[in-house]
Amino acid sequence: MRHIIAVLLENEAGALSRVVGLFAQRNYNIDSLTVAPTEDATLSRLTLTTAADDKKIEQIIKHLYKVIEVVKVIDLSESDHVERELMLVKVRAEGIARSEIKRTCEIFRGQIVDVTSNSYTIQLCGPSDKLDAFIRAIGKTTILEVVRSGASGISRGEKILSA
Amino acid sequence: MLGVNPKNIRLLQVASGKLQKNQSVMGTVQKTLRPPQSGMNVTTDKGQNIAEALSGGDILLRALQDAGVEYIFGYPGGCALHIYDAIFRQQKVEHILVRHEQAATHMADAYARATGRPGVVLVTSGPGATNAITGIATAHMDSIPMVVISAQVPNPLIGTDAFQETDMIGISRPVVKHSFLVKDCGEIAGVVKKAFYIATTGRPGPVVIDVPKDTTDPEITVPYVFPESVSMRSYNPAVRGNGRQIRKAVNALLGAKRPVIYTGGGVIQGNAAELLTRIAHKLGFPVTNTLMGLGGFPGNDEQFLGMLGMHGTYEANMAMHHADVIFAVGARFDDRVTNSPAKFCLDATIIHIDVDPASISKIINAHIPIVGQVASVLEDLEGILDAEMERQPDTPDAGALDQWWQQIRSWREAHGLDHDMHVEPGKPILPQMVVQTLYRVTQGNAYVTSDVGQHQMFAAQYYKFTEPRRWINSGGLGTMGFGLPAAMGVQFAFPDSVVACVTGEGSFMMNMQELSTCLQYRLPVKIVNINNQSLGMVKQWQDMQYGGRHSHSTYSDSLPDFKALLEAFGHVGFKVDKAEDLEPAMREAFAPALKNRTVFVDCWVDPHEHVYPMAVKGGSMRDMYLNKITTYQQGDYI
Repeated sequence: MRHIIAVLLENEAGALSRVVGLFAQRNYNIDSLTVAPTEDATLSRLTLTTAADDKKIEQIIKHLYKVIEVVKVIDLSESDHVERELMLVKVRAEGIARSEIKRTCEIFRGQIVDVTSNSYTIQLCGPSDKLDAFIRAIGKTTILEVVRSGASGISRGEKILSA
Repeated sequence: MLGVNPKNIRLLQVASGKLQKNQSVMGTVQKTLRPPQSGMNVTTDKGQNIAEALSGGDILLRALQDAGVEYIFGYPGGCALHIYDAIFRQQKVEHILVRHEQAATHMADAYARATGRPGVVLVTSGPGATNAITGIATAHMDSIPMVVISAQVPNPLIGTDAFQETDMIGISRPVVKHSFLVKDCGEIAGVVKKAFYIATTGRPGPVVIDVPKDTTDPEITVPYVFPESVSMRSYNPAVRGNGRQIRKAVNALLGAKRPVIYTGGGVIQGNAAELLTRIAHKLGFPVTNTLMGLGGFPGNDEQFLGMLGMHGTYEANMAMHHADVIFAVGARFDDRVTNSPAKFCLDATIIHIDVDPASISKIINAHIPIVGQVASVLEDLEGILDAEMERQPDTPDAGALDQWWQQIRSWREAHGLDHDMHVEPGKPILPQMVVQTLYRVTQGNAYVTSDVGQHQMFAAQYYKFTEPRRWINSGGLGTMGFGLPAAMGVQFAFPDSVVACVTGEGSFMMNMQELSTCLQYRLPVKIVNINNQSLGMVKQWQDMQYGGRHSHSTYSDSLPDFKALLEAFGHVGFKVDKAEDLEPAMREAFAPALKNRTVFVDCWVDPHEHVYPMAVKGGSMRDMYLNKITTYQQGDYI
């Protein structure tokens, strides 16, 4: 099952490689990974998605806590949360397809952020499965390039992740 | 030199003009050899000493002194030379010069295992650092507190493929508890303090400090302040166990009809052997130890079943398989213990105490998990246990326990180890007899280190350890070459104690260069070589699983003359190949006449002997080969 794990860690050199190394070393999978400093410059927040059963997720979380720089870990997918991922898609937009792509883009509430005579660059934000759905909707043949940020997430309601 | 460095300029500005240049900071060091610039005092207006300014190298040594370090095991090299000069100019910490960095790590590791205090290693960059990796991994697998200082090329050269550069932080990352790369000499004291704190608390482990050469430059000085305490928001190891869980554990223990106490290295490392022994005696339950846990409960106690697992005793493995409650203390259900996890002790309620939450329910699901320091949890548990046993005087069920013990005794009688093998003149020496003889000759009082293989299992089976920290071996990583340097590390810690290294000729040859170190420091370690002229354990597996095809496990035509070899290194060697000569030779080796000498007893044993019992691959704990003919599987003899 897919899990979104948020990790708060010390914003120090080498901390990220320890987290990534842990996954490689213990044969855990990383589907996506995104990391940036938080409002507190001494802390970074890392969000990763992984597919594993509950027993493995429990081990992953325990091992993440063993990384000395890791301050807090939460499995966002355990409770209600907001998930967002940013995607930029460069598509071939020529002739009749041009308006069709624009319409699909609107349906998905995407924005066209760059235009040439035969291409669009579309910006789309949402849960990862919505981005997957968009790619299916426009069809592989028109896609020139895709870049995705990987999922970020935050708990709904009062629940917070802080040091 | 002062004034050139921007740090010193800052220092001059804050120090209110009362600088005492060129003052000695090292006490009794050889003053003529010390560059006067390397130290100065910074004082306040009132003349109070607030901090001395020292170079990074001196700071490192001072911090090690302040951390209570007695020995550094190391080997110099280009990037470590500033540090080595700082070592020369002080006298509190003694540096031990090894012959190979791997041996330095094993010495420090064994020093830590025997004393409970962290071991310290110093190596140079590049090959010095990579040579240390095996020893760091050994300590990591067995949770041994160790601080490894590796020199590094200067910060500006990092990443340029400089001479003797290697990414030590990267290369050591999977086998350390934590690591630090020093960016600035001002960080060193704090990093050392943190390194010792992390290495010794929670689940202990090795910590690497990578020190680029520029941070130890004698020309650059900063005020030295050793922090009194450390607090880290991201590292707060568990101490006390959850009270409700402990109560549940007590209830399960008191309700048990077929209990087993299964303890591991956590009892030794967590200094909980005495407490565990007391609780076991109060309950009257059988106790088994893992390879790492031997000595956690007295090996000569009536309640002791011996080691469990792949080469554990028949009674220990049978008791585990048939148990209704397993009380696992500081043990991690290693694959060498459990055999097939799917078939592991299916009827048992499992209570598991461990300081590392990740060890709990990793392999075997724990019904009553308790995270905390073993000693703290056992202390709380004992309190509740005492109260409950008083409140319910009929627990634990004496009748059931009596029946259980009868069962265990019958197992022991059927297939227990023969602890008293007799010499038959003309017959070959059996490896078990070598360990039994060592046990008799040393009266069970020696520190015993071992290497890896058959001899290690025989030592674990036949030497009865009555105290913790006496049995020192590489359990988790299984590092051949560990035994001799380990014995040396123990001998440094306890110069007057008897330290024996039970080894095999294969393992011994992996680090025998340390015989030279033995001479330099006059280490009277006694090496008992169980010589079967082959890589015995490999050969045993080849006999049992590969149709007797001995692929690259023998070298009997090319072994050195160990007696002559030892003599060449300036030591004493014996060769024994007749059973009747074994005990006299061993007595001579351990006699007062050779008390101060390194002695090697080369015991030529029956090369065909296997270690039994041995777990049947993929089976449950009760599935064992009992000897070359008998297998016990799924409740039947085959």
